[in-house]
Amino acid sequence: MSVTEWRVPSHEIASMTLTMFTLNAFYGLALAMNMFIIASGLNLIFGVLRVINFAHGMFYMFGAYITFTVAKSWGAPFFVGVLAAAAALGLIAFAIERLLLRHLYDKEHLMQLLFTFALVLLMSDAAKMIWGTDQYSVGYPPGMGGAIDLGFVVLPQYQLFLCAIGPLIAVAMWLLVDRTRWGRVVRAATQDREMLAALGVNVPMVYAAVFTIGSALAGVGGALAAPRIALVPGMDATIINECFIIVIIGGLGNMWGSFLGALAFGFVVQFGTVLAPNWQDVLPYLLMLVVLLIRPWGLLGRPEAGH
Amino acid sequence: MPQRRHLVASAIVVLLLALLALLPLAGSRYAVDLATEVLIYALFALSLNVIIGFTGNISFGHAAYFAIGGYACAILLTTYNWPLLFALPAAVVLAGLVAAVVGYFCVRLTQIYFAMLTLAFAMLVWGVAFKWKAVTGGDDGFTGIKLPAMLAHYIGFFYFTLAVVSVGTAALWVICHSAFGLTLVAVRENAVRAGFIGVDTRRMRWAAFTVAGTFGGLAGALFGMYHRGMYIENAFWTESANVLIMVLLGGIYSFVGPIFGAAALHLLQTFTNQYTPYWPTVLGLILLVIVMVLPEGLIGLAARLKARRGKP
Repeated sequence: MSVTEWRVPSHEIASMTLTMFTLNAFYGLALAMNMFIIASGLNLIFGVLRVINFAHGMFYMFGAYITFTVAKSWGAPFFVGVLAAAAALGLIAFAIERLLLRHLYDKEHLMQLLFTFALVLLMSDAAKMIWGTDQYSVGYPPGMGGAIDLGFVVLPQYQLFLCAIGPLIAVAMWLLVDRTRWGRVVRAATQDREMLAALGVNVPMVYAAVFTIGSALAGVGGALAAPRIALVPGMDATIINECFIIVIIGGLGNMWGSFLGALAFGFVVQFGTVLAPNWQDVLPYLLMLVVLLIRPWGLLGRPEAGH
Repeated sequence: MPQRRHLVASAIVVLLLALLALLPLAGSRYAVDLATEVLIYALFALSLNVIIGFTGNISFGHAAYFAIGGYACAILLTTYNWPLLFALPAAVVLAGLVAAVVGYFCVRLTQIYFAMLTLAFAMLVWGVAFKWKAVTGGDDGFTGIKLPAMLAHYIGFFYFTLAVVSVGTAALWVICHSAFGLTLVAVRENAVRAGFIGVDTRRMRWAAFTVAGTFGGLAGALFGMYHRGMYIENAFWTESANVLIMVLLGGIYSFVGPIFGAAALHLLQTFTNQYTPYWPTVLGLILLVIVMVLPEGLIGLAARLKARRGKP
């Protein structure tokens, strides 16, 4: 080691670390917000329908691929692609719920699990038939490919956009579920479905709407992730595990819990990649392990009845 | 007439074993290899069902013990030149020990939380297999396993597998039908009531978890030796999902169900892959049919057909 390397002025080291820290925290936040959009859909569906939807990752992948087709192949603006992904996934989910899933609510959880796993298998082959096995990429939308210079750190615009849209969706969902009449009906459906039906509420349509909205969120999450990542077959599998981790860490059925879980996930993955390279695949699981051992029902979760 | 049923069941088991023992005489290496694979998966699925069928909890991380048994046996045989007589039991004990430690934490939780915790631990095992390259070979896998000369030939290995799987299955049968197994069923059906009559439910589930991990390790050890290698995919969650489907396909509420599930799934996959690359679609459709039409699995279907035949 040469002498000059030892002579880096301490304030320069400090500013380096501050830059690196801010940049990594920022990337972690952007990742967290993107993951929150996807995981919140999974969480909403579980909270109301009590169905653990393994196909959620597949909905995410379809969202990303549909955005690619609309924005890249057809040349439409990126945000038209995002809307198309949301609409397409909403429609697919609505059809699945009305035709098949609604017959399974009274059966064992195991059956619902197997059903959503069957969807994963069928949709993975469908994706291969439609899009093949090539790798695709969707560029940053025009006007968002640049970066903003804050003096000590340069932040990319698209990630800034993700950091803004995540909290927006969180607040919108909170308003929808906690502050509207429809939201009250949804919350009532989690408590006592028969009572709600007796009061004249069309509970099956509430369920269909929740499954549709939750799945559309997966589509939006996939569409918004598309410029950040490479689109490859199998991208659904990692995401579904990561969504489970986020939802479990936060506490099943708790929207703000998922928000918190996504933040923890984003920071752990981003800083883990820097501090312990090559371990990033295991770190989220380690995070979940620690949380579950300390708080068995997640950060904001409550023990289920009967425990 | 339970005694007559017992007799019929024993006769079927003996007949099945005799048929399997005669299989190599047919002269088809393909059939013998396929039978070896099915036997190994059958033991793997049976071991998982000790948790699912007998305690009512779903483990998403059973591949961990399969991988530990497989890697440990492979490494002891090859790196340390242990004789099989010591390497195999040591690997099985190690898998059981790890299952005991992991199970200690997992059985505090139930339902989806239990499942996710088993998954988290399994992914740690996967991470270790992936990163500990010096010992496990990392993502290149651990290859070139040394086998005793007796087992190097495929027919020798088939008989060895048949013997080990038979003994393992018999041991699991005894465990599941002992007072312990019946207590487990009581815990599954109503944990609160089982607690009232003095059963330590958590401890029972812990013991079941350990038993499952031990026999899963045995299946893994056989798997590694059969393939002459262990790969990190064997520790990945997809392997856990695969064996879970075998168990669910066969039916969880019967002891032999998982054997049929393993055979059906593995044979079907092998044959389907010869004709079409779309195995996932085939499996997806099968699962849809199970979920929508026959939720009790293959064994449930057989029971239903029998019941219908019984009526005039």
